[in-house]
Amino acid sequence: MTGRSVLITGVGTVAPGGIGTKQFWKLITSGATATRRIGLFDASRFRSQIAAECDFDPAAHGLGPQEIRRMDRAAQFAVAAAREAVRDSGLEFAATEPTTIGVTVGSAVGCTMSLEQEYVVVSDGGRKWHVDNAYGVPHLYDYIVPSSLAVETAWAVQAEGPVSVISTGCTSGLDSVGHAARLIAEGSAEVMIAGATEAPISPITVACFDAIKATSPDNDDPEHASRPFDLRRNGFVLGEGAAFFVLEELEHARRRGARCYAEIAGFASRSNAFHMTGLRPDGRELSAAIDAALSHAGVSAEDVDYVNAHGSGTRQNDRHETAAIKRSLREHAYRTPVSSIKSMIGHSLGAIGSIEIAACALAIRDGVVPPTANLWEPDPECDLDYVPREARERPLETVLSVGSGFGGFQSAIVLTRPRRGESWRGERP
Amino acid sequence: MARRAAVTGIGVVAPNGLGTAAYWSATVSGHSGIGRVTRFDPASYPVRLAGEVPDFVDGQHIPGRLLAQTDRMTRLALAASDWAVADAGADGSTWPDYLVSVVTAGGFGGFEFGQRELESLWREDGGQVSAYQSFAWFYAVNTGQISIRHGTRGPGSVFVTEQAGGLDGLAQARRLIEAGGEAVFAGGFDSALCPWGWVAQIASGRLSTCEDPDRAFLPFDEEARGYIPGEGGAMLVLEDAEAAAARGARSYGEIAGYGATFDPRPGSDRPPGLARAIRLALADAGLAPEQIGVVFADASGLPDQDRREAAAINEVFGAATVPVCTPKTMTGRLCAGGAALDVATALLSLRDGVLPPSANAVRPAPDYRLDLVGPRPRRVDVDNALILARGYGGFNAALVVRKPTETGTRTKEEQWTR
Amino acid sequence: MDALTIDGLRRILRECAGVAEDVDLDGDIADVAFSDLGYDSLALLESASRIEREFSIKLADEAVTEAKSPRMLLLVVNQTIGASSPE
Repeated sequence: MTGRSVLITGVGTVAPGGIGTKQFWKLITSGATATRRIGLFDASRFRSQIAAECDFDPAAHGLGPQEIRRMDRAAQFAVAAAREAVRDSGLEFAATEPTTIGVTVGSAVGCTMSLEQEYVVVSDGGRKWHVDNAYGVPHLYDYIVPSSLAVETAWAVQAEGPVSVISTGCTSGLDSVGHAARLIAEGSAEVMIAGATEAPISPITVACFDAIKATSPDNDDPEHASRPFDLRRNGFVLGEGAAFFVLEELEHARRRGARCYAEIAGFASRSNAFHMTGLRPDGRELSAAIDAALSHAGVSAEDVDYVNAHGSGTRQNDRHETAAIKRSLREHAYRTPVSSIKSMIGHSLGAIGSIEIAACALAIRDGVVPPTANLWEPDPECDLDYVPREARERPLETVLSVGSGFGGFQSAIVLTRPRRGESWRGERP
Repeated sequence: MARRAAVTGIGVVAPNGLGTAAYWSATVSGHSGIGRVTRFDPASYPVRLAGEVPDFVDGQHIPGRLLAQTDRMTRLALAASDWAVADAGADGSTWPDYLVSVVTAGGFGGFEFGQRELESLWREDGGQVSAYQSFAWFYAVNTGQISIRHGTRGPGSVFVTEQAGGLDGLAQARRLIEAGGEAVFAGGFDSALCPWGWVAQIASGRLSTCEDPDRAFLPFDEEARGYIPGEGGAMLVLEDAEAAAARGARSYGEIAGYGATFDPRPGSDRPPGLARAIRLALADAGLAPEQIGVVFADASGLPDQDRREAAAINEVFGAATVPVCTPKTMTGRLCAGGAALDVATALLSLRDGVLPPSANAVRPAPDYRLDLVGPRPRRVDVDNALILARGYGGFNAALVVRKPTETGTRTKEEQWTR
Repeated sequence: MDALTIDGLRRILRECAGVAEDVDLDGDIADVAFSDLGYDSLALLESASRIEREFSIKLADEAVTEAKSPRMLLLVVNQTIGASSPE
């Protein structure tokens, strides 16, 4: 494959169970879960009262009082994760031309928490349709247009190249990174700070998933409520968090002797054009995305060493996805570990795709496949090797991560060990 | 021969015209759609004017089953997508599978739908939301609903960069065509004309409080005092220029160049990025500044923003050399719908050799040194138009459209295929 | 407490989910499958939720998903109303 290659040279994460990449990786390789009863607000009136929340102190991440006041929680996550990625990359930002640095931020529901909090005030608890302008806070416009998430991130990393928010529902996290890699490959940027963020744990979000019975109602056993691929799975667990990467053109990274986690070798997406929330059982469009991503990466189905699944834990998704994986990988699907980290950190909607890419990058780095937690009873319709409950050591050359989202979005991304210039690859941290 | 993205269909829903023909006719004649808000009672708010789309009877344009699950802005977008594909004369049943996509720009999401749902949830104990809340308001909804309506299974996308989104989305649509896509629906729509959306927009501090529709939104004028928000936008259908010609389709023009930059953060002494975005777009189009026949300005209506835009235009083109149009003076600023509508307007200008007037801007501030078109349209045959869009927070985007070409090659390395 | 009638169900379906262009909701729909009437799972979830609120009842998840036609849904709704009445 000719053209410019794109490498991941820095990773930053804000995830349930531990802030920072080290804590994140420790959690998801341990098989422990971070799904608990909702603590961010009183959820006792809702059908599902469980979430995977981040124990996040913005001041501890260098955010000042004015930043904390004006920034929605999702923006705070993004800036914290982006800053960690930048530090991790070792890239001298002060010495890098800002016009060659761009940003993409994925998010499905934007500044939902701030919008709801402010709505309750201006409407006086929903009593007024003609809400009170006198109670509108100064940064309300930043919340209504979630492009502010990219603004804050760009300010934090001083980027002046192409900057955007990509909002494709639950595939935002994959699509943001795929788009950023595309921008580097076509020469629009040398460095992209790319990732996704979501802080949706708010009454309106919990209510909307209650209304379609998409989330698990196992409120008396929150640690085990997220059970992707298990026979008794009964919905997903809402999560929050962020993951950001420093993506760098290969020669740019090589010149400075950067340490590289993985190469972004291929990306593709499709739409199912079927239903805003429903999925057909045969998974054909997700399979088409997988096929196209593998082809783009110049690898075959048999090269795939690990599939990081969407694995949300709903009855329909896990069945749909299993069918898609089998359709694309054929017999090789039965030889390939497939796991869902949503079993441990919940489903953070637009952010999860990026958090899952982080898991893939770390998996390649360490040769460890994270498990699917809470998987005890196999479902005959989901009969692949989902790495139940315990992480597994396995050298990984080629990793596939997939996602599906409301609106019909189906995306797939392929990460590989860097395939050129292995001799300059730095030490494992 | 490299593929070129041609626009073969346009669908418009705007405050001064429902449908492309009505919009264009109103725009050329300087007829504005800005007036007092009727969607809710604006009396208790400091801003009382908006560009509202009149006479859109939802049931006439939207299937009955979709009414309960769509916000207004989705209904406008769905109607426009129908009109765009009809305008293109394209037969969707002949489209190869996986090769047709939808790319939309969003800004506010389905905000009115959201306000109703928030009210249902909070007003009473035990309040609930509808089964549609999980998707009717989020930013991706238009791409999803349009893709379902037209059966498009290619890669869909959604860009949120406030006013700049329409151009970012069209650039992505061009990539998809260049990579072998058959067709792309691309555009943007926004509508947040409900009290909760109103208060959120007022909070930007950028809206004009003037109550005279003829004087409220005056970009580049000595009395510029903010902008008036509106609802609406445009959907375009893009196809490969050769393929379109082969099936006898009419092309409005081609997406020739694009550039996007982001301003330095506040407090920096580095220069703003609009001029650089313009230069990137020109270089991408392979054009020199003197080959641009008209600039459709971002036109924020805020004095300091107007000054910066005028400076950027003059830096690249020289003072008062290129005509500048601001048709959004007749619609208001439409957030994600604005840039898409400006591109549609630019293409119609190319087609008809007419530059639309800027309504009401009768006293362009002389020190901006801009050749502002208005108060009457100007008959000029133009080959290439430049459209500018700036998104709140620092986004800059520039797009060049050119008249349909019969010949001409563009080579472009494209590693990233669909 | 009143029972839910076929007319009441028609009203709720209309309000919650609209009507498909080629469907005559006022015709004889009692034994027509919801899917043939153009109603998907979301439409039925929304309608069931409205029924629950109007009649102050709680419908079991499976009861709703298993009711494939208006007649079946009316049966399970009215059974639930009867079971929850004070006498």
